[in-house]
Amino acid sequence: MPIYNDIVMEHFMNPRNVGELENPDGIGTYGSPVCGDMMQITIKVVDEVIVDAKFKTFGCGSAIASSSMATEMIIGKTIDEALAITNKEIVSELGGLPAVKIHCSVLADHAIKNAIFDYANKQVKTYKGLEGYDPDEDADEQDIMEETGCTGPSCRG
Amino acid sequence: MERNIYLDYSATTPVKREVFEEMVPYLTDYYGNPSSIYKIGQSSKEAILLAKERIASLVGATPEEIYFTGSGTEADNWAIIGTYDSLKTKGNHIITSSFEHHAVLHSLKYLEEQGAEVTYLPVSKDGLVNPEDVKNAIKDNTILITVMMVNNEIGTIQPIKEISKIAKEKKILFHTDAVQALGNIKIDVNDLGVDLMSMSAHKIYGPKGIGALYIKKGVKIENFLHGGGQENTGRAGTENLAGIAGFGKAALIAEKNFDSHVLHLREMRDYFLKKVSERIPDFNINGSMEKRHPGNLNLAFNYIEGEGILLLLDKEGIQVSTGSACNSQSLTPSHVLSAIGVPVERIHGSIRFSFGDFTTKEDVDQAVEVLDKAVGKLRKISSVSKEKGW
Repeated sequence: MPIYNDIVMEHFMNPRNVGELENPDGIGTYGSPVCGDMMQITIKVVDEVIVDAKFKTFGCGSAIASSSMATEMIIGKTIDEALAITNKEIVSELGGLPAVKIHCSVLADHAIKNAIFDYANKQVKTYKGLEGYDPDEDADEQDIMEETGCTGPSCRG
Repeated sequence: MERNIYLDYSATTPVKREVFEEMVPYLTDYYGNPSSIYKIGQSSKEAILLAKERIASLVGATPEEIYFTGSGTEADNWAIIGTYDSLKTKGNHIITSSFEHHAVLHSLKYLEEQGAEVTYLPVSKDGLVNPEDVKNAIKDNTILITVMMVNNEIGTIQPIKEISKIAKEKKILFHTDAVQALGNIKIDVNDLGVDLMSMSAHKIYGPKGIGALYIKKGVKIENFLHGGGQENTGRAGTENLAGIAGFGKAALIAEKNFDSHVLHLREMRDYFLKKVSERIPDFNINGSMEKRHPGNLNLAFNYIEGEGILLLLDKEGIQVSTGSACNSQSLTPSHVLSAIGVPVERIHGSIRFSFGDFTTKEDVDQAVEVLDKAVGKLRKISSVSKEKGW
């Protein structure tokens, strides 16, 4: 049995919104190459609506598919709507991920929030969805880190 | 069947037609239990002896020194745990390298829970164990040294003779896992001076589910499986007759074709490397190219992650692996590449290509073409790059 379903494979083979926006309104990165995954999401915002988003990801198949799906999900959404998106919704839109790869969706979710966090900072705006948000937070995955020297988040959580 | 280019011979090999044909009669006509005294039982017994002669000949042993097991893993478990059990009253210290196969490492981990003390030697950047390190690690209570002959991920050939000499001087038993070495480098157990050596059939175009342990005449270790008196009371369990016959035939072919086999593998491997070098920038070779299994190549493609490469290659019918096949389901980076000091971010982009008797130049051409595209595609997607850095 293949490890990924058709939707995940489709997004991995033909990822949407790959690249980097020029002069983005917000830029968010999350993860690190040492941990095996690093995502960067750039967004363009007009009147509180995310009109464009692009991603670049170093990582496994599900990390790329999650980033692709995440950018699709936020384009056309307001900032508040985008902030309300959870990693579970990304997984669900992808039709599921293997248990060991669920964390890739958390990374995508964080990368989005970090891009919006950056936008909010630049615009000096506050959003309810960002209250108490820490862009460098390591979620909850520390187990493999001792072995590898990886001290941040990754798909491997 | 769709196009299929198999470049994962270090994971396992297909059973050769002649090997398969050798096996069939022992599943159909000569099904007798080798322990039975009637005629078809006795012909089974003869088949086992013939297979032992063939395997012994390949490694310079005598047939009585070959004991069949269910796998290379069982041979490793038996050699290590059996030695510990028979010598634990004399000492509990074992020396090994930090990049052994998990069959060795996890057997040792098990023994550590039973009270064993294990020294894991470092490995050089080239992927070699330094015999001096072995010498310095020996203590009064050392009972076993176990170092693999050829590493399964990077194919580097260890200085077995030098290490066994050190072991011999101190009267310490020496075991080597020769699963990757068998049929691919010259092995003479007496010249190399090994006491125990693990082998497996499915890496030399034989069937899966059959391995062997060489136990030097005069060396006594505890049994691992208990039951009937098979294998000269060394390993209980009704013999896997067809597997044994297949292993024997595979060994016979390996010995007969040794030179052409090695030459072919080296040619394919070197041609692949040349093509990759011409087309793909920014990669590193993991491990020394000099002292290496002729069909092994392990490359780190910078700025991308290996699983994506595997998936894109698989889409085009090309099979390779990241690290060892046993590791693909696990997400922790290769302990072998960590041991030789490959930076973790590069380990994530490392792929093992292993070539075999059925690999053709056309396979290599096509594989490099697909690989080039896959690497290019993933680098376009990647958030790290040569320009940006890691």
